[in-house]
Amino acid sequence: MAEVTGAALAPVDILMVGVGGQGIILASKILAYAARSAGYDIKVSEIHGMAQRGGSVVTQVRLGERVYSPLIPEGEAHIILAFEQLEALRWLEYVKGGGTIIVNSQIIYPVPVLAGMAQYPENIIAHLSRRAHTLVVDALGKALGCGNARAANVVLLGSLARRMPIPLSYWLSAIEDCVPARYLEVNRAAFQSGYAL
Amino acid sequence: MKELMTGNEAIARGAYEHGVTVGVGYPGTPSTEILENFARYPGIKAQWAPNEKVALEVGMGASLAGARVLVTMKHVGVNVAADPLMTAAYTGVNGGLVLVSADDPGMHSSQNEQDNRFYARFARVPMFEPSDSQEALDMVGLALQVSEEFDLPVILRTTTRVAHSQSLVELKERNEVPLRPYRKNTKKWLMVPAFGRLRRQALEERLQKLKAYTETTPVNFISWGDRRVGVITSGISYQYVREVLPGASILKLGMTFPLPQGLIRQFAAGVERLLVVEELDPYIEEFVRGLGLEVTGKKIFPAWNEFTPGLVRRKLREAGIPVPSPGPGEGTAACPLGPGGEMEELPPVPGRPPVLCPGCPHRGVFYVLRKLKLLVTGDIGCYTLGGLPPLEGMDTCVCMGASIGMAHGCELADSSLARRTVAVIGDSTFFHSGITGLMHMVYNGGQGTVIILDNRTTAMTGHQEHPGTGKTLMGEPAPAVDLEALVRALGVGRVRVVDPLDIAGLTQAIQEEVAAGAPSVIVARRPCALLRRENRPPVRVDVEACTGCKTCLKLSCPAISVQDKQAAVDAIICTGCGLCVQVCKFGALKEGGENNG
Repeated sequence: MAEVTGAALAPVDILMVGVGGQGIILASKILAYAARSAGYDIKVSEIHGMAQRGGSVVTQVRLGERVYSPLIPEGEAHIILAFEQLEALRWLEYVKGGGTIIVNSQIIYPVPVLAGMAQYPENIIAHLSRRAHTLVVDALGKALGCGNARAANVVLLGSLARRMPIPLSYWLSAIEDCVPARYLEVNRAAFQSGYAL
Repeated sequence: MKELMTGNEAIARGAYEHGVTVGVGYPGTPSTEILENFARYPGIKAQWAPNEKVALEVGMGASLAGARVLVTMKHVGVNVAADPLMTAAYTGVNGGLVLVSADDPGMHSSQNEQDNRFYARFARVPMFEPSDSQEALDMVGLALQVSEEFDLPVILRTTTRVAHSQSLVELKERNEVPLRPYRKNTKKWLMVPAFGRLRRQALEERLQKLKAYTETTPVNFISWGDRRVGVITSGISYQYVREVLPGASILKLGMTFPLPQGLIRQFAAGVERLLVVEELDPYIEEFVRGLGLEVTGKKIFPAWNEFTPGLVRRKLREAGIPVPSPGPGEGTAACPLGPGGEMEELPPVPGRPPVLCPGCPHRGVFYVLRKLKLLVTGDIGCYTLGGLPPLEGMDTCVCMGASIGMAHGCELADSSLARRTVAVIGDSTFFHSGITGLMHMVYNGGQGTVIILDNRTTAMTGHQEHPGTGKTLMGEPAPAVDLEALVRALGVGRVRVVDPLDIAGLTQAIQEEVAAGAPSVIVARRPCALLRRENRPPVRVDVEACTGCKTCLKLSCPAISVQDKQAAVDAIICTGCGLCVQVCKFGALKEGGENNG
């Protein structure tokens, strides 16, 4: 359990966005565990059910001395962690002025685009960069480099961790608590490769 | 250390800590994980029922026999369980009984967003509404106590944002509660008219006592702040109000039936302007106005969809109520402030609607139904996605089990539709409430065709067992219902089983059965693609043969795209189901060979 230093913990609101099946729920779980060790009050909100079937998914994580609403108001997220480019654009209006977007360079076409009924927007990164401090991460490439493409979520989490007021040791033990033993090494490496960015 | 739990996990934990020994329900978002979590605790019995009516009846029996009971369902499930619920208010309980109604404002995963608070008023049973996970855990205990003390079943009403939001909770040891002995008492339990009238009167007496209780219960409380604005609120809206109006006076209602008249009057007298902030219907607001008090609610806030803290802030400001700014850097949806304050038009963002998974066995059925231009009455499940473009293989979706009755109704209204209509229903949905519809059709001389999409699980809600899977919620083996024998026993003479990944076979079966002039059932059987990954090699594209005709796109498969007149298959997500291979007229899509990796 965390040492409460006496100073109130400043609120941090993180929006994690992506596509069903990208591992957002595990990433948010690790984040919440690390935040709990740091003594934060925490609320996490996610959507289950039909929305999960390859649809756009969003998990909201709110940290602070005392958190009431599990939902982040528009324009107030300190950080958006986007697992896919289009999803970063979709939720862009949630980021606070002067906020940060960490975006996976991966592109996943939604069915309307695959079916030729809609266009995938161009130059998404440029649009993001004009609104917030933007870090582009090749999470898939980094994860493959660590031995498993499925660890892309933890690469992104590493990049988030670097920008959070939570000590590294809490992150590492949170990973140990949340990841099955046989995937631990891959995920530790993935986390470090993201943390280095 | 406190545990981080969703509202659903906390309800399960609360039931465990407060001595519940029997849990029963039917899966439905956002309620499903309650029972899945409860089933993992020692010393309890947890069951999936085929539907919510049965679940509540089993719960009533367990209560009669003296156990503390948890019954879980989504909001529309309470419609199915409404029959026993209405009379359970008359009989009352023996062991405490808590019915969880998990509502879904905003319809994240539902066909409507009905406000189930009215069920408490309708049935005259007490209701509690938690606003976070700790309250959810504690209120299960309180609800059980109230249930036993006032001899009534109690509704614990959650919404999606309470059910699926995680917050910190304190865990305690389990408190074992002994069975309350059953004593025969027909005047309480045998609801013939003469005894029903007695219990009806007794219900009013119990309600009078509850009206006194709700004035003093610790979950209804006032926190005084700035007296210029007073807000009455409950559930998740309470959290939004605390965030947006940190200094306001708040009357927080954790018990919302019966509502506390005295407390509301006291609160109203202490503030200059009275507001009610509640999602969906003006349930609290109308009660407050009925007391003769001046109050504002739905004049400001929408009576539909789910709220967000941003919406609450916006609506308060629009109504001229001073709302503190959230701090420096606040942006708005219309003009976020960038690092340099730039504003520019953003390109249109294409939607990312949910779709049937790659390899989903339902896909072929809807492709064929669309091609045959049939009128398809549909039902509730993942497969309802088969009604969306570009598959568009379903005309209707109303409620669990509606497909079969509606198909028969079409035939009744217009006999020419008899050979152009099929009902499509999933296996779990068929067991839930399709059987009676089929019985009706056969009994009344219908000639309809019913396709049962048998993927061997309750897929939509996350793969729960059901009476056809051969396994229970507790993981025990169970006799699996023989679907074919069941429908034959109902009087269906024409029953056949097809592989939904065989487009030619499926097409022939549907054409023959629709034309047969007799009631028929086609069981389209193949396990959910997420349950049994078959790992067939991905489909490959013969670029010479592909003409870019886009026929394959009509399958609505997330693995297939066509760009620059050339089909492409995403080898990472393709399961090699082979539907696209069968659909391609030019032989350009080929089964993956060994040398294809």
